[in-house]
Amino acid sequence: MTERQDVVTLTIDGVEVSAPKGMTVLEAAKRAGVVIPHYCYHPGLPVAGVCRMCLVHVENTPKLQIACAIPVADGMVVNPYHDEAVEARRGVLEFLLINHPLDCPICDQAGECELQNYVFREGRARTRYSPTYAKRFNPVEDFGGDILYVPNRCILCTRCVQFMEHVADDPVLNVSDRGDRAFIGIHPGEQLEHAWSGNVVDLCPVGSLISKDFLHKARAWELDKAPGVCTGCSQGCNVVLETLHNTVVRLRPRTNLEVNRFFMCDHGRLDYRWLNRGDRIEAPLVRQDGDLAAVDWHHALERAADIVKGSGGPIVVLASARASNEALFLATRVAGERFVGAFRVERVDGEEPLPGVPNLALRSERAPNVRGATELGYTETFDAAVTALADAAAVIVVDEPLDTVSNAALAKVPSVIYMGTTLPEPARVAQVVLPITNVAEEDGTFVNRDGRVQRYLQAKTGPGMARPAWWVLGELLVELGRGEPLATAGEAFEMLAGAVRAFDGISYDGLGYLGAVLGTAAKAEATA
Amino acid sequence: MGYPHEPHPKETLILSKHFGDAGARSYDGWVKCGGYQALKRALAMDPADVIEIVKESGLRGRGGAGFPTGLKWSFMPKERRKPHYLCCNADESEPGTFKDREIMRWTPHALIEGCAIAQHAIQAEVCYIYIRGEFTEPIAIMQAALDEAYREGVLGGNAMGTNRRIDMYIHRGAGAYICGEETALMNSIEGRRGNPRIRPPFPAQQGVFGMPTTINNVETLVSVLPVLNEGAEWYKDLSLGNPKSTGTKLFSVCGHVRKPGNYEVTMGFPLGELVNDLCGGMRDGRTLKACIPGGSSVPILNREETEACLLDYEGCVEQGTMLGSGGVIVFDDSADMVYQIMRLARFYAHESCAQCTQCREGTAWTVRILERILRGEGEMKDLDLLLDLSEQMTGKTICVLSDSCAAPIVSGIKKFRDEFEAYITGAKQPVAALT
Ligand SMILES: Cc1cc2nc3c(=O)[nH]c(=O)nc-3n(C[C@H](O)[C@H](O)[C@H](O)COP(=O)(O)O)c2cc1C
Ligand code: SF4
Ligand code: SF4
Ligand code: FES
Repeated sequence: MTERQDVVTLTIDGVEVSAPKGMTVLEAAKRAGVVIPHYCYHPGLPVAGVCRMCLVHVENTPKLQIACAIPVADGMVVNPYHDEAVEARRGVLEFLLINHPLDCPICDQAGECELQNYVFREGRARTRYSPTYAKRFNPVEDFGGDILYVPNRCILCTRCVQFMEHVADDPVLNVSDRGDRAFIGIHPGEQLEHAWSGNVVDLCPVGSLISKDFLHKARAWELDKAPGVCTGCSQGCNVVLETLHNTVVRLRPRTNLEVNRFFMCDHGRLDYRWLNRGDRIEAPLVRQDGDLAAVDWHHALERAADIVKGSGGPIVVLASARASNEALFLATRVAGERFVGAFRVERVDGEEPLPGVPNLALRSERAPNVRGATELGYTETFDAAVTALADAAAVIVVDEPLDTVSNAALAKVPSVIYMGTTLPEPARVAQVVLPITNVAEEDGTFVNRDGRVQRYLQAKTGPGMARPAWWVLGELLVELGRGEPLATAGEAFEMLAGAVRAFDGISYDGLGYLGAVLGTAAKAEATA
Repeated sequence: MGYPHEPHPKETLILSKHFGDAGARSYDGWVKCGGYQALKRALAMDPADVIEIVKESGLRGRGGAGFPTGLKWSFMPKERRKPHYLCCNADESEPGTFKDREIMRWTPHALIEGCAIAQHAIQAEVCYIYIRGEFTEPIAIMQAALDEAYREGVLGGNAMGTNRRIDMYIHRGAGAYICGEETALMNSIEGRRGNPRIRPPFPAQQGVFGMPTTINNVETLVSVLPVLNEGAEWYKDLSLGNPKSTGTKLFSVCGHVRKPGNYEVTMGFPLGELVNDLCGGMRDGRTLKACIPGGSSVPILNREETEACLLDYEGCVEQGTMLGSGGVIVFDDSADMVYQIMRLARFYAHESCAQCTQCREGTAWTVRILERILRGEGEMKDLDLLLDLSEQMTGKTICVLSDSCAAPIVSGIKKFRDEFEAYITGAKQPVAALT
């Protein structure tokens, strides 16, 4: 808790705000609902103070001050819109544009460009730079990794340099040359090979550092966005899924100070194409006369319920650690007392940390919900479970791609219910195939390695008749006479939270966009 | 070698007394001249008392900003919980300034002595003397003197027999003007790009290697010697003008005078007298047109202002300029002020470290406008544009390099507008080849 004397009160644009001592005026202004224009400042980077865009007027101070660097003080009166400050920022904008190519029509940043935004907001309508003067020109450079550098658009804010030096701890970028000849240089023989270097594309306020993967793919304003959680590893970085015409075209980090701050790694960032796979199962299938035939949901669920009811002995759930908590939980309910759950997770050697952020790394466990699966009673005994399948009465596959499972292995089981997005070879022996949506097509939750339960929201529609796994399993419970229909992922989660002790005290609505950590809600209650 | 001019009777020779006397260069020679007495005195005193005397003397920084030296020293933490550092600024890159070079060439031990006194006062074991790399001769002389000072026990683990450590190292600059700015200088010493740092933190809190640091100009540090030898009162009494400007100052005079060179006069000495009398005035048939009194970074004076200007901090401000580093650049009536200002602007455009938007882009843009005017392609509105850009470049950046580019432009247009207009209207022939 902050002590009273650690808080100061100041006035920003006529609004009185309280802010902790040591906070910068720029951050305090956000609390007053004022975004002071800025380029070099970024909350995830050390203060550079170079662009001079954030100049504001402070009463009783002779010169304009940079809001990104000056700390708040009691009684301070800050006026970001004082004539002098507005004129100074108009000046900065004009200076930034004199060497700028104004190639917005072919620039990927257009529409989400801080230069466009602030010029629109505060800039001059026309430049006073003579059209006869040459503009600075440097060729586009391949910085390696996913990154291209377009020096002509660079405003030399140095965010990229700061990130590589102070956050990634891999100082391969620099400011080369001086005066208006300056540009961002990369050390000879080096490339942007750091596992987190893709963040410089997001950090770059203009279209100077751009992604090769996203190059000329879409205009920013055409994109639809949904908050998600990265499925690349157990860190659970918060992301935004950006779609164009129902196709995921880009992943970007979403700010969560407790998990990934402002960043995500390149592995996660570029791991999205599978979300757009075209070879999807679009209708429920049941085995008829030896072949799988498309049926409606009711018919398929009846068949699935028959299998569950009819079998005596263990029901083995082969689940993916990419499946939602809701699906994993409901699968345990469907199997009931005969539940045996196993999952598999790819583990690689070593982690790829981002040194400037504590407890942030591309983790060696390459699935988002290992912790959730474990809390819900699944064990990482996939291979053993597959070997022992001969003893199973039935198998329910939940989103497990079966890459490591031979065709023969499942054939040994009397009954197989396969829930998946695509239909791999081994799954073709199933009696019932239930098409489910992938993570981009549904709402749900994961638990990251630190026990943080985090929601992800639907970003695109699923194909055909595919439905979220939680819905399918919920309907199966209804069919089995053991539950009421579930309308939303939230209802599925509430059911889970009411039943599983580890989730005590956590509510779906309470998760918000930033999540909540297992065990802390109960603890908070105990100490209250 | 040898010093170019005989001392003028109106000079007051304190710092430059031994200029031209190669005998004062060695340790023995320096001791014979009364050297190392001030250091002995200082080391026998409490550091706080040394600071007090320097405060009393009214000595102000000679590097350009004129900040009171004793006050600057007093900003250092009273107790040394971490290493303290002194940086001696011998980067001397301001166009028109060449006084520190002479101090190092002729009296290297005076600088060593001044540094050692300052180190004692601020409790710094280590001093870096940052010398511009082009100063090959001064560097060699300073290095030889440092070696001698170590041999003679002035420096090292038992400095002057006091059982205390005083170390000094020479750091060579690599040719960037901006490295003379104190925080860029510290970055440069640390092996980083010479970019000025935003303040706070101030160097006395977090300077070189993140430790409390004081930066002083060469001339400032050697001026401490007479203060300690003769006393603060004596030093103060040297002033002719405002009591806030004390002691003597070296002026490097260059340009259209008969006898360019370094002249040491007391604070408050008339600029007109320095130019017309000590420096022998203009060449035959020429008249004084303009003068930049404090190195290229300060506003230009016209003839009347030059003749009215008293050379101290307040006297220069009264005439709308600054004392700066004391680099006096003199122009006679043959000078093309537009061309001269363009050359100055080019210097700043070349040397801008590129951090601040206004400076990086503004310096280069002003050069383009000035070149265009000189080519006879300018328009009247270019003058207003230059003034407006200068306004944008003043008081808004990390360091004052940007302001320094603007100062001669603003004062130049104000005082020599007719010369600009002559190019624009075509009354004056365009400059054929811009060099
Ligand atoms: C662009 C720029 C260049 C400078 N160059 C020098 C220099 O070459 N020598 C110097 O002593 N001071 C220079 N200064 C001033 C220093 O920043 C600093 O004020 C000075 O060294 C402090 O010493 P003093 O208090 O003894 O004057 C420069 C300042 C700026 C902004
Ligand atoms: S490339 Fe982008 S982030 Fe880097 S300095 Fe240029 S504008 Fe800033
Ligand atoms: S004013 Fe110019 S030289 Fe000084 S820090 Fe800014 S860009 Fe660099
Ligand atoms: S945002 Fe404050 S100087 Fe760049």
